[in-house]
Amino acid sequence: MSERAIQAPIPDPTTQPFWDAAAEGRLMIGLCRDTGRHFFPPRGVSPFTLSPHVELVPASGQGVLYSYTVMRTATPYMPAMVELAEGPRIFTNLVDLEPEAVRIGMKLRVVFRATEGGPPVPMFAPA
Amino acid sequence: MSLRGSACIVGAFEHPTRKAPDRSTAQLHAEVAWGALQDAGLSKDDVDGYFCAGDAPGMGPLSMAEYLGLDRLRHVDSTDIGGSSPIAHVAHAAAAIATGRCNVALITLAGRPRSEGQATGTATRRQDPAIPDDQFEIPMGRTVAAAYAMCAMRHMHEFGTTSEQLAWIKVAASHHAQHNPHAMLRKVVTVQEVVESPLVADPLHRLDCCVISDGGGALIVARPEIARSLQRPVVTVRGTGEALKNHAGGYNDLTFSGARWSGARAFEEAGVTPADIRYASIYDSFTITVLIQLEDLGFCAKGEGGRFVADGNLISGVGKLPFNTDGGGLCSNHPANRGGMTKVIEAVRQLRGEAHPAVQVKDCGLALAHGTGGLLGHRHGSATVILERMA
Repeated sequence: MSERAIQAPIPDPTTQPFWDAAAEGRLMIGLCRDTGRHFFPPRGVSPFTLSPHVELVPASGQGVLYSYTVMRTATPYMPAMVELAEGPRIFTNLVDLEPEAVRIGMKLRVVFRATEGGPPVPMFAPA
Repeated sequence: MSLRGSACIVGAFEHPTRKAPDRSTAQLHAEVAWGALQDAGLSKDDVDGYFCAGDAPGMGPLSMAEYLGLDRLRHVDSTDIGGSSPIAHVAHAAAAIATGRCNVALITLAGRPRSEGQATGTATRRQDPAIPDDQFEIPMGRTVAAAYAMCAMRHMHEFGTTSEQLAWIKVAASHHAQHNPHAMLRKVVTVQEVVESPLVADPLHRLDCCVISDGGGALIVARPEIARSLQRPVVTVRGTGEALKNHAGGYNDLTFSGARWSGARAFEEAGVTPADIRYASIYDSFTITVLIQLEDLGFCAKGEGGRFVADGNLISGVGKLPFNTDGGGLCSNHPANRGGMTKVIEAVRQLRGEAHPAVQVKDCGLALAHGTGGLLGHRHGSATVILERMA
């Protein structure tokens, strides 16, 4: 599949470190220090306790496919939910494979894709 | 407190238009408000509560109260949980009436996405930097169709649900729509036609998707004493439930919806079970929406939805659970990209015995209307009402 133009994400003061890491090719996720659970997307509070006891930590970038679709637009693309090794599911796109080769449960790894004038975004390719 | 029996739906009106380039959104709201008041036998001066959601222009009640000339309002509510809003508004109106904050509530919904040429399901919108999820989802090409398609894909993976089973939902809706002169799509379709229509977002085909239509609808909810003084059959609010569901920090299970919670709350308040329901209006933005909600509401077990909807089980006069007898959003109307209003209206028609004779459920004493608003695969509101015809 040819690749579509990707809107640049618009960081906010809370998420700027996430996007700065993305620019260096690193996927970061939230960690709740109250519960020890990871979460996504990152934010300034824990979605589990609402406390500010959170930090941004590196993810392994490994995951498995939870679900996906093929958007049959002029330039088709594949929105997907990928379950990260750390637990959270991330809404992303599948790249570097054809729709016929996609299988729920397949192993994936993060790759970053350039956007239109902003930081790159995390997408997933076969591991 | 329980809202059981605390309020009645005394007026219901669906705008006959499906394309309204000649009308403003405010004008559509006004026309449906007039229609519902005429239906109830009330006037605007009886209205002391007003409810609308994000489809109303401007600051909702502030703009609309002036346009409609509602000068006796003492209670307003502009809760917006997408297409499920009007169903939540019925519950909120019942609560407001029960607590003495108003006597006669007007709920309006209207919009004109068809005239405005919105690619509702397949276009990615621009980011709003203030919405926290936008920066993580819009660059990924989030669309309405994709959000529901991912749920369908996962449901198929876990439970073996098939495209043919999903297609039966559209087939049932089309059997009903043929009798609705206002429906956008009146042609009866087959399972084969649905699965052979072009894919929009795998595994959803074009005929798995609802229509894009202009129009709207309105409801009048009133105190039971007022309802009994009017000339219309009395339809009472027996049970209500609401819920929100989202990614929950990245632990979202796409195979179920908030209907699991809103439905349970509504059934508990009503003191009835799914087996008691004679007619169900089920939100049908896509076929998969219906299937997942039917399971979550308890009409069948989780994972059994495919088998439940197959072979005409949702067709009035044929199957066990007649649904969306107006043709629903799949075939008739999805005004303002929000299907909750028409869900309540058709339930009221069924309870009054005023549905089209070809689809009217015999002795329809208890009906359910359920809505999902927002994006099933990301974040959505759920609202359920159980309505009863009083003797």
